[in-house]
Amino acid sequence: MDAIDPKANAEATPGVPPAKPAEQGIPRLFLLGLAVFVVTCFVTLKGDWSGLFSVESLRKMIGLFGEFFPPELSPSFLKKVALGFFETLAISVIGTLLAIVLALLLARPAASHGPRRAVARLLLNGLRAVPELVWAALLVIAAGLGPFPGTLALGLHTAGVLGRLFADAFENAPQEPALALTRNGGSATSAFWYGTLPTVLPQLVSYVLYRWENNIRAAAVLGVVGGGGLGQLLYYHLALFHFSDAGTVLISMLILVALVDVLSDRLRRTLNA
Amino acid sequence: MGHRLQLAAVSHCYVEGKCAIIDIDLAIEQGEQVALIGPSGAGKTTLLHTLALALEPTRGTFSWGGSNPWLMASRARHQLRAHSFLAPQQPPLPPRQRVVHAVLAARLTRAGAWSALRSLLTTPADTDVREAYTALEAFRLQDKLWLRCDRLSGGERQRVGLARMFVAASPVNLLDEPVSSLDPVLGAASLAAVQANAAARNATMVVSLHDVNLARERFSRLIGLKDGLLQFDLPTEAVTEERLRELYGAEFGMAVANFGLPDASTSQQNVIVTGCG
Amino acid sequence: MNALTSNHNRLHDPVWHQRLGWTAALLLLLIPALWIVEFKPWIFFDQQSLKAGGSFIKSFWPPAHDAEFLRLLVTSTWNTIAVATAGVTLGLVIAIPAALLGNRVLSVSAIAHGRMGVLGRAVRGVVRAVLIVLRSIPELVWGLIFVRAVGLGDTAGVLAIALTFGGMMGKVFLEVFESVDRRPTLALLNNGSSRIGAFLYGTLPTCAPELASYLVFRWECAIRSSVILGFVGAGGLGQQMELSMKMLAGGEVVMFLLAFVALVSLADLVSKRLRAWMQ
Repeated sequence: MDAIDPKANAEATPGVPPAKPAEQGIPRLFLLGLAVFVVTCFVTLKGDWSGLFSVESLRKMIGLFGEFFPPELSPSFLKKVALGFFETLAISVIGTLLAIVLALLLARPAASHGPRRAVARLLLNGLRAVPELVWAALLVIAAGLGPFPGTLALGLHTAGVLGRLFADAFENAPQEPALALTRNGGSATSAFWYGTLPTVLPQLVSYVLYRWENNIRAAAVLGVVGGGGLGQLLYYHLALFHFSDAGTVLISMLILVALVDVLSDRLRRTLNA
Repeated sequence: MGHRLQLAAVSHCYVEGKCAIIDIDLAIEQGEQVALIGPSGAGKTTLLHTLALALEPTRGTFSWGGSNPWLMASRARHQLRAHSFLAPQQPPLPPRQRVVHAVLAARLTRAGAWSALRSLLTTPADTDVREAYTALEAFRLQDKLWLRCDRLSGGERQRVGLARMFVAASPVNLLDEPVSSLDPVLGAASLAAVQANAAARNATMVVSLHDVNLARERFSRLIGLKDGLLQFDLPTEAVTEERLRELYGAEFGMAVANFGLPDASTSQQNVIVTGCG
Repeated sequence: MNALTSNHNRLHDPVWHQRLGWTAALLLLLIPALWIVEFKPWIFFDQQSLKAGGSFIKSFWPPAHDAEFLRLLVTSTWNTIAVATAGVTLGLVIAIPAALLGNRVLSVSAIAHGRMGVLGRAVRGVVRAVLIVLRSIPELVWGLIFVRAVGLGDTAGVLAIALTFGGMMGKVFLEVFESVDRRPTLALLNNGSSRIGAFLYGTLPTCAPELASYLVFRWECAIRSSVILGFVGAGGLGQQMELSMKMLAGGEVVMFLLAFVALVSLADLVSKRLRAWMQ
């Protein structure tokens, strides 16, 4: 009991605290390596960094952003922007739908066993690894400029993403409903449609909506490589230094992205209700 | 500046007519040690939070060392908070934090942001480690110094929360049920440790306790609170059985039986929970 | 009569017209959408496309492998990594202060009243709005703008990643800070500690592993972004890939693509390892 009295403790020589155990905390070597890596990255960057943070270049940058205002609002230009707006929206919707079809086709073998699974997974990984913008740049070479290669590019990349998510969902779905159907003599396909799909449908829908929100952002910029939509307009007007036109396009992009976010959120709530 | 705490007709109401404490008049001199007793829901926690400047009275005046903190600028009031140490009943320790840092966290009011960050990123300075170690020794927790808080039992966590008081070294200390997760023997010893610490620094201490006998044994002034109202504020020898019966009502027998005389089952259970030697 | 219709109705799917309506509406929307995107898959099979696509694909083999090209491949791959890492690091410079300033838990004025003062609310509102704007503009658009402002090269890419990722990380950090148990932080704040001290000792220990693993994940994403930004002239692998595509040099394109896929898989692997190690 006396050991608990602080005064007694203060009078006795206080025990020397044990040293900090070595295995705790982040290894210093790791922190050092990380620091070296980050510094090397900065050092090897090309470009004039000293100029960037000078007052003059800062003023230039602020001036540039100022030039976006006021945005161009002439009816003829607004009409062009409206066209790009709907084109971007259509690219995102059709691209996502294409991706759903392709993903469903690939996800079933990817959720099976044996070599079919390996081949399907490899294909999905390949589709996913190449970003939509790179797909678009490649497809533009074959199909020429326009919204169609953009749509297809979006569809291919998204199919890779959704296909893997779908396949994982099918694999993790409870097996009983599908098994019950096949035991009663149903085919594997009918077991999939009536047994597996209904149980994972809400999950698939939420993946699709999440991807759609992502795709509207992607569709907005695909035009940069010639894939149509608002991106193409933006690229064109920025290249010609028409900043007030570019400002209008930027604002409409923000509106479109916000609109799709709200819409997708609504849909999610209706479907979950 | 002294640290005399005074409440004049202080109430704290969440909505009109629903008050946790009502018209409390109270004065606590610097260096005094007071126990706050009363049945559950009496308003003990609200009173402690009011004294800690964590709640603003909805009516009445609170004065600290002669001036009203709620008339001060926000910055000055926040500086005053550094002079009071409030230990909530549930010790607020982040689960992944190590005990040494959890104890040293009480030093933040004195240390600058840079030394706080350095102590977290690399390792605390030796003097700081010693300070934390000494504080933990008072509660027989010295061997837990480098453990993570989520490895501690409930009783150990509560005592780490109390060890913070030694490091904070505030002139005003407000402890809410500081020994509720400890078995009676360890609880009494821990209470003795914090009391000795406060006495050595001439620091004020207000402690809410549900164990009436412990309160009578260890404090010379008792404040009884019931339904938000001050029932009595008396030297311990003036608190009669009659008054206690009035304070606790029908619960009285139970309060004394349960908390006063440790029966075998509770103390054994606590030993398992605290698991300390 | 009444009984008859109800009996008749019972055999009908009660929501069939709703379903039909949805299907019809979707189809009606689909047709103009298909028209807008010029959905003509057959254009891939006309003479000209077949020839252009075919000769491009044919030029994939043999992949470029001369020493000079390989040197370019390695330097531009490293450049991509450097732009991504520098961008994320600068993004942190935006995200961390923003997440601390926007944090509602660290409000001293809310201690006693449960709500923040006017100034506190205004500062937090502005910080959150800035974060939303930063991350709603795609990094490629930032890239386009910065290429105009600071010229072609790495700087534009780093700035574009820093702004977009700063916005994203700031928002996520904020959410994490506000979602963990607030009591340790509030207790410290209540005992008079500074906001930064209460954050370091109350909030950070609980969420540090989560933040670190999110950061690694973001770095992985930044590698992808860095390649894409190259397409608008922000340096690295993407810029070289775009040049090769313009020249229809399939052998180079295929090597850049392989390097890109390898880099992304490597980043994925590193990120997975690091996150597993941190848990």
